[in-house]
Amino acid sequence: MLKIDNLHVRVAGKEILKGLSLEAKAGEVHAIMGPNGAGKSTLGNVLAGREGYEVTAGSVTYNGQDLLALEPEERAAAGVFLAFQYPVEIPGVNNTYFLRAALNAQRKQRGEAELDSMQFLKLVREKLAVLHLKDELLHRAVNEGFSGGEKKRNEIFQLALLEPKLAILDETDSGLDIDALKMVADGVNAMRDPARAFLVITHYQRLLDYIVPDFVHVLADGRIVESGDKTLAHKLEEHGYAWIAGRKLAGAA
Amino acid sequence: MGAALLESLLGDGAALAPAAREAAVAALRRDGLPGARDEAWKYTSLRALEQRRYADGDAAAATRAVDPATFSLPGLDGPRLVFVNGAFRADLSDRCALAGLEIVVLAERPDALAALLADDEPGARSDAFARLNTALVGDGALLRVAAGAQVAAPVHVVFVGASAEVDLAWQARLRVELGEGAALTLVEHHVGAGAHAHLGNLVVDGTLAAHARLDLVQIQDAPEGAPLVRRSTFHVGEAATLSAHTLELGAQTMRHDLRVELAGRGARLRSRGVFALHGRQHADTHLDVRHRARDTACDIAWRGVADQRARGVFHGAITIEAGADGADAQLSNKNLLLSAQAEIDTQPVLEIYADEVKAAHGATVGQLDERALFYLRSRGIPATAARRILVSAFCGAVLGEVAPAGLRERIDALLAARLPLEEGT
Repeated sequence: MLKIDNLHVRVAGKEILKGLSLEAKAGEVHAIMGPNGAGKSTLGNVLAGREGYEVTAGSVTYNGQDLLALEPEERAAAGVFLAFQYPVEIPGVNNTYFLRAALNAQRKQRGEAELDSMQFLKLVREKLAVLHLKDELLHRAVNEGFSGGEKKRNEIFQLALLEPKLAILDETDSGLDIDALKMVADGVNAMRDPARAFLVITHYQRLLDYIVPDFVHVLADGRIVESGDKTLAHKLEEHGYAWIAGRKLAGAA
Repeated sequence: MGAALLESLLGDGAALAPAAREAAVAALRRDGLPGARDEAWKYTSLRALEQRRYADGDAAAATRAVDPATFSLPGLDGPRLVFVNGAFRADLSDRCALAGLEIVVLAERPDALAALLADDEPGARSDAFARLNTALVGDGALLRVAAGAQVAAPVHVVFVGASAEVDLAWQARLRVELGEGAALTLVEHHVGAGAHAHLGNLVVDGTLAAHARLDLVQIQDAPEGAPLVRRSTFHVGEAATLSAHTLELGAQTMRHDLRVELAGRGARLRSRGVFALHGRQHADTHLDVRHRARDTACDIAWRGVADQRARGVFHGAITIEAGADGADAQLSNKNLLLSAQAEIDTQPVLEIYADEVKAAHGATVGQLDERALFYLRSRGIPATAARRILVSAFCGAVLGEVAPAGLRERIDALLAARLPLEEGT
């Protein structure tokens, strides 16, 4: 589904990703762990198409398409979803209106019929039930005045509603207490599907106790330096990221 | 004088009555139009406009084709007064009788027009466009609401600029008189029927007696080529309330002076407004609010949006006069520039000569939040639609309370239609 090959990305003139390669297939959950400054958020943003990220080398192929050639909205319509580390507050834009506009914009781009408000509300109620969310969030402006936990839950709710093929979770666990973390993880687990791939970007192993990955990759200094199964996350937790740096140096020597 | 605009309209000085007209003509000939050194016109040059020639009014106004769809608004099914190129059109209007409301069409009642001109509010006598209006106006309306009457339906007053063989200048007057405890909703609506470059010049004045309430909705959606000048003056009496929602979308060179005198104890003004400009539009909004009595309050929140090469000017002046103790004045003006070539000048001015007042004012000029834009796009909403959503939310913050229901949505649609919001424009 996703093939990232030797990706080099500059942000504000500084090289952040330095030859990152990664492959994810439908149905797989990949965790990407790494220390601060390794380029984790850059990876999420560049996949979603944020401006200001200059790809200087490498490629990203998504279902056979050159993902980097697409506008952010085209990527979304093609099934790419980024759960933001810092969801944006948009005063004056009602959450329900926003969600319907987003879903219908995607459907329109895919040549599917748009949902009318009755159909949309039915879908919303289904998804709320699956995620055990209250509909109170829907009546407010997008993320405005939401607590950290509410913002992240709103991201997961969007994920559930938009049903992407590739979901990228950018430090969705940051700033969450254990209850909120479990709720978010439950939401993600409910969305696991043989047709859907996840990239779970996180700093801490904690989230991976609840969202159990098929693969764990360590991102350090702009590259994947280590890949393994879920036990790699535990090793990292035990030894810290310095352990990876040490192994990397040993490997280079 | 010398300016072609005035020469073309005033001609050789035909005998004019009543005396108010003669005085206005004499003052115009003496002072001409305001120049660049006039502080009130600092950001709006009349240089190009004053070189243009216009016919005085439209002799064929009665037969201009106007599709009623151009001015129909949801929720407005009460009285409607339609003026085409400044002249009343009975065939397009509906003077349905409502309890407590008297409607006078000025062209039908020269006595009422003469009385109105003789009783002009003093400020208008020193304003060049108000003088021009006084000198030439032949039509308009007088709305009178009896004491205690709550007029059951909004009154819709429409000014249509209709294409004609020549560019013409139209003048119109609107006077609103609310008796004690009276209440009225008035929608002042400017639209175009076909492209034209007519100069529109409207003078509105209103008086609110004690405990009266006027809900004013001003929707200015004139054609883009047309210059439009409006002067609205309101005198608000004891414990009376003026609530105004103003939307400035159209016209080429647009000037709107909204002058409010909070004259009686406890008089209140609530003003909400939006100007949304594109192309090479120029819109200059001047608010002049005077607190003249104790415990008066004004609450002003305006938002401006300028795209492409448009230029917006917002001048918000509040004066709290000596003796107006306990006054409360709030003014906020936030603006959004959608292109590097657009410009907005905002100037809040607060002058306080009283004690124990509460006053706050603030103004900002910024750009669309790129993070919000990306957030919307990352969810599949195309860039243009995303910009539209954000601009609409920005403006909607001050238009949220527009009544009746349905009108608010129409206003959103009018806004969306006026802003191209394409990237790179």
